[in-house]
Amino acid sequence: MHKPDERGYFGEFGGRWVPEVLVKPLADVEAAMSEAFADPSFWDEFHGLLSEYVGRPSPITTAKRFAQPRSATIVFKREDLNHTGAHKVNNTIGQALLAKRMGKTHLIAETGAGQHGVAVATIGAKLGLPVDVYMGAVDVERQALNVYVMRLLGATVHEVTGGTQTLKDATNEAFRVWASQCDDTFYVIGSVVGAHPYPFMVREFQRIIGDEVRVQCQGKFGRLPSDIIACVGGGSNAMGIFTAFIDDRNVNLWGVEAAGKGLNTPENAAALAAGSIGVLHGSRSYLLQTNEGQVRPTHSVSAGLDYPGVGPEHAFLKDSGRAKYVAVTDAEAIAAFKACASMEGIIPALESAHALAYAEKLAKERGEEALIVVNLSGRGDKDVTQIEKAEAEAMFTEAVPA
Amino acid sequence: MATALDEAFAKAKKDDRCALIGYVVAGDPDMETSRAVIDAVVEAGVDIVELGIPYGDPLADGPTIAAGSQRAIASGATIDGVMRLVGQTKAPVLLFTYINPILQYGLEKFAMGAKRYGAVGVIIPDVPLEELDPIREVIRKNGLIMPMLVSPTTPDERMRKIASDSEGFTYLVSRLGVTGAKDAPDTSAVRAQLEKLRKMTGRPIAAGFGISKAPHIVAVRDYADGVIVGSAIVDAYASAKGAPNAAAAATRLVRLLRLACKRAPAAAASAT
Repeated sequence: MHKPDERGYFGEFGGRWVPEVLVKPLADVEAAMSEAFADPSFWDEFHGLLSEYVGRPSPITTAKRFAQPRSATIVFKREDLNHTGAHKVNNTIGQALLAKRMGKTHLIAETGAGQHGVAVATIGAKLGLPVDVYMGAVDVERQALNVYVMRLLGATVHEVTGGTQTLKDATNEAFRVWASQCDDTFYVIGSVVGAHPYPFMVREFQRIIGDEVRVQCQGKFGRLPSDIIACVGGGSNAMGIFTAFIDDRNVNLWGVEAAGKGLNTPENAAALAAGSIGVLHGSRSYLLQTNEGQVRPTHSVSAGLDYPGVGPEHAFLKDSGRAKYVAVTDAEAIAAFKACASMEGIIPALESAHALAYAEKLAKERGEEALIVVNLSGRGDKDVTQIEKAEAEAMFTEAVPA
Repeated sequence: MATALDEAFAKAKKDDRCALIGYVVAGDPDMETSRAVIDAVVEAGVDIVELGIPYGDPLADGPTIAAGSQRAIASGATIDGVMRLVGQTKAPVLLFTYINPILQYGLEKFAMGAKRYGAVGVIIPDVPLEELDPIREVIRKNGLIMPMLVSPTTPDERMRKIASDSEGFTYLVSRLGVTGAKDAPDTSAVRAQLEKLRKMTGRPIAAGFGISKAPHIVAVRDYADGVIVGSAIVDAYASAKGAPNAAAAATRLVRLLRLACKRAPAAAASAT
């Protein structure tokens, strides 16, 4: 197992760059995590819930029409079929069980697209832990369905109106709230970001995705995939599917970031492709920032990818060359979203549609021997309104000559 | 080597009062107003200016200072601009900012510039002990100090280590959470923390985070060598329109705070 060093670094990325008030709470989480990870009963409970409550293992589906007329085989890892509709639930169950083990009585979380918020609200309801979710006001508007679902599940959703009013600011707010409530509150971080031990801990809860893919591909195809593709915002679904294959050098790992309106414009969210090294939310990684070190506003049609940073292990995988990172635009993601819906009968999350868009490109370059696994990290019900809106705007733009 | 900071604490002690450290967001809401506010707080009795370099994602700050930083960034505040403000300030200046703007500007260039413009040191709240050494090496090499923070969550052994490593003074975070004047601090808990810390260090100790009103200062002034007031000052000047009004509002508040710093004669006799 690839682990960060004792200070939480993957190579030169990671660490614990936080105000002193958060050092002890993070050390407490790390100690509890280490103890739980060494305790088989913890994993029994975790895997028991994943099986009985989430419905794991999630299947793989060969995408016969989406792949055509290309010859490479494209397989979807169906995290969209998990209870709550995304991979996020794996991690939240792990962290909520850890919170209970630590005697914490309250969960807080940040959310962008709302899937993480829904997953935390769900497990909070299941385990009887009150949940407060922090969400940027812009995201509250564009992900109204998930806001309603979170409230239905009993969570309190706090609209964050500072800064860019998206995931970055929701994360700032959750950290600040945690600083004032760390006595009884566990902060359930939704991706492989934040200060040590979160990037490592979240990855370990998500590695189930890749572990399953390994077994499933060997069972169904008698071999490992040639390529694995996953979208990268913070990067948890990608680390979740990559981790089982890090040592298999013949398996190409592809992370797909949000190029938004283009990497040559300021309106993107591709920290690895267009960012530079910096510190955000407690760890050193790639970051979209100005020359003055101010975190840059980001844009992606997908709220879940609309984040200026990226998990430190991705930064390490990029610089070491083990994984390759590419970016696709809003328009390409929307086209893939529609193609997947109409050709496979699956409405993917807009986040996952970025991975799908790259899969289409890659399939053109690969021969028929290629076996490409795309992590379909979530389902797209939450994004349908957003797509409708984008289409209406496009129609309006087309209708009005410049 | 005695720094201007040591001299400010010594002077306050000689006057039987705790030192008043005033925090201002540099460039908030614009450079002209900021310059007027800084002059005003120094004139009104602030012993040490803590000058915040605005950062848009400040994890240790509450809504008041976060909003002040946003205003400053929106009006074009830059690190170079803040450095020039340091050079024009008549009290010792400690810079306060987060690690990312410093790293992006260049740590060495930052430290050299801060020294050249006359800053005494820099407080970087998101550099805890574990990440400190390589940063402090450069700061020290350029003749600046790095005061460090202890918080209510800091275990005793770690507190001892921070107090021993902290330069200039130890910054006691008065409460769980972030900066801000909204909730009053539990001053009896702050006093207990100050007494504990006092046994660990011979250097000055200053309390901040939530210290916003004269009664808070009165409650801790016999235990602390200094108090740090930030959000209350930002609130005062932020609600005033125009540089003269902002300066006047800051002056009114700082005069009150400064009066509260003066220890009663009996307590002064036994103060450290």
